Amino acid sequence: MKTKNKLALAPWVFTVGFFALWEILCHVLKISSFILPAPSTILWAVWEYRNQLTYHAMHTLWMTLAGFGLAVGFGLLLGMVLGSSRLINAGTYPLLVGFNSIPKVAVVPILVFWFGVGWVPPVMTAFLISFFPIVVNVATGIATVEPEMEDVLRALGASKRDIVFKVGVPRAMPYFFGSLKVAITLAYVGSVIGEQNASNVGIGNLLTRASAAFEVPLVWAALVVLAVLGVIMYAITAYAERSMTGWAQRSQMAA
Amino acid sequence: MKPFVDIHDVTHVYARAEDGLPAVQNLNLKVHEGEFAAIVGPSGCGKSTLMKLATGLQFPVEGTVIVDGKQVGAPVKLAGMAFQNPTMLPWRTTLDNILLPLEIVEPHRSRLRRHKAEYVAKAESLLAQVGLKGQGHKFPWQLSGGMQQRASLCRALIHEPKLLMLDEPFGALDSFTREELWCVMRDLHAAQKVTIILVTHDLREAAFLADRIFCMSARPGRIVAEREVEFPRPRDLEITYTPEFSALVHELRGHIAQARQAA
Repeated sequence: MKTKNKLALAPWVFTVGFFALWEILCHVLKISSFILPAPSTILWAVWEYRNQLTYHAMHTLWMTLAGFGLAVGFGLLLGMVLGSSRLINAGTYPLLVGFNSIPKVAVVPILVFWFGVGWVPPVMTAFLISFFPIVVNVATGIATVEPEMEDVLRALGASKRDIVFKVGVPRAMPYFFGSLKVAITLAYVGSVIGEQNASNVGIGNLLTRASAAFEVPLVWAALVVLAVLGVIMYAITAYAERSMTGWAQRSQMAA
Repeated sequence: MKPFVDIHDVTHVYARAEDGLPAVQNLNLKVHEGEFAAIVGPSGCGKSTLMKLATGLQFPVEGTVIVDGKQVGAPVKLAGMAFQNPTMLPWRTTLDNILLPLEIVEPHRSRLRRHKAEYVAKAESLLAQVGLKGQGHKFPWQLSGGMQQRASLCRALIHEPKLLMLDEPFGALDSFTREELWCVMRDLHAAQKVTIILVTHDLREAAFLADRIFCMSARPGRIVAEREVEFPRPRDLEITYTPEFSALVHELRGHIAQARQAA
């Protein structure tokens, strides 16, 4: 078999192998399904609770995408400002880092004070947790424009704005799309945290209720759904990255 | 005749310079319109500072810089620039890279959209002049280093600048490509009637291309020698093997060696 085919097949082989091993261990070691259910049990639970899971998963998906969308817009804007002004960058960096280092689960109660229980806290949590990598990456991309390129344009009378939009922003795109892959996973974590603490719907809320009722298979089923959704969203952003910034990935295109 | 670029008694210290030592001191230099001037000197002699002063990217602490009859107080807008690094934007095709200055400089900026075809034709003809006919649709990273440098010359010339500043543009190329590009540069200068200031380490390059050569001293940079080059134009690469040419290069080398020793 050719290396290329092997590479394409490898993720499937490893994934199936992982679950097969899990299944076998559960049966051989006779692990109680309360501690660790076998994949077949989980799959059965997914099927059994399919309606409930789909409903809550769609809600979580919405919360995540809304928060992520806000983070992309805000992150791009703030990144552009920070990347083009050294003064603002230096001035706001400690604030931003300080804000980013607060665990967002600790912010949820405040969001509940402000907005009550509902769809706002999950969206806000998703947004707050995921905008930081976008800001940092866009700012870095813009701030690292080659000085020669800047000279060429400035000698022509280009304004700061011209340079940011003609060179800085396009140049920052690979960084931006790279950060989206991180941001989407974070947004997802954020919306689930928000739902667990301040919502009546969504996978996060379902998880809280199922674990309180010791419905172990449902908890695991919800986790599996989360994992699948996460992989899909990551794959979509990775695809967007490849198709938008092919020029920056020449080394892989050659292969 | 009034000089086109007149740098008069200029001293410049960068605000960032830690030792406070000037990059150039009491620098005097006059280049006439349409002239091809070359500036040679040991490394770190402030040649790049001179480029920035002449294009209005830096303003002198003391002295005056006059370009095209006006004292420079802002980026001059009539200059094209090319550097050792071709600095092509990888997300644009070569043609779009060449058109970039037109998106900045008036009156082209407001005309570009409606007269796109006219400008594209101009870019294509420049590409043909530097030996890149029909390569405009390729991305810069699909071109070799020498080809990228040719494209970078096209970008520097597309808006018909009155002043072309070249900062060691051929420094990173192999010697065959370099000599080819000397000829490209010679022909472009003959065709466009543009004033060129070439900063270089290569004495043969300066002697072959320039009408006038300035030798700079080590930091703080000053002009230690000025030499007119009288070889008739158009010049053929063959002249670089004549005794007169060798004598000129030898003489320049003497100036540089002195400048280095003085440092």
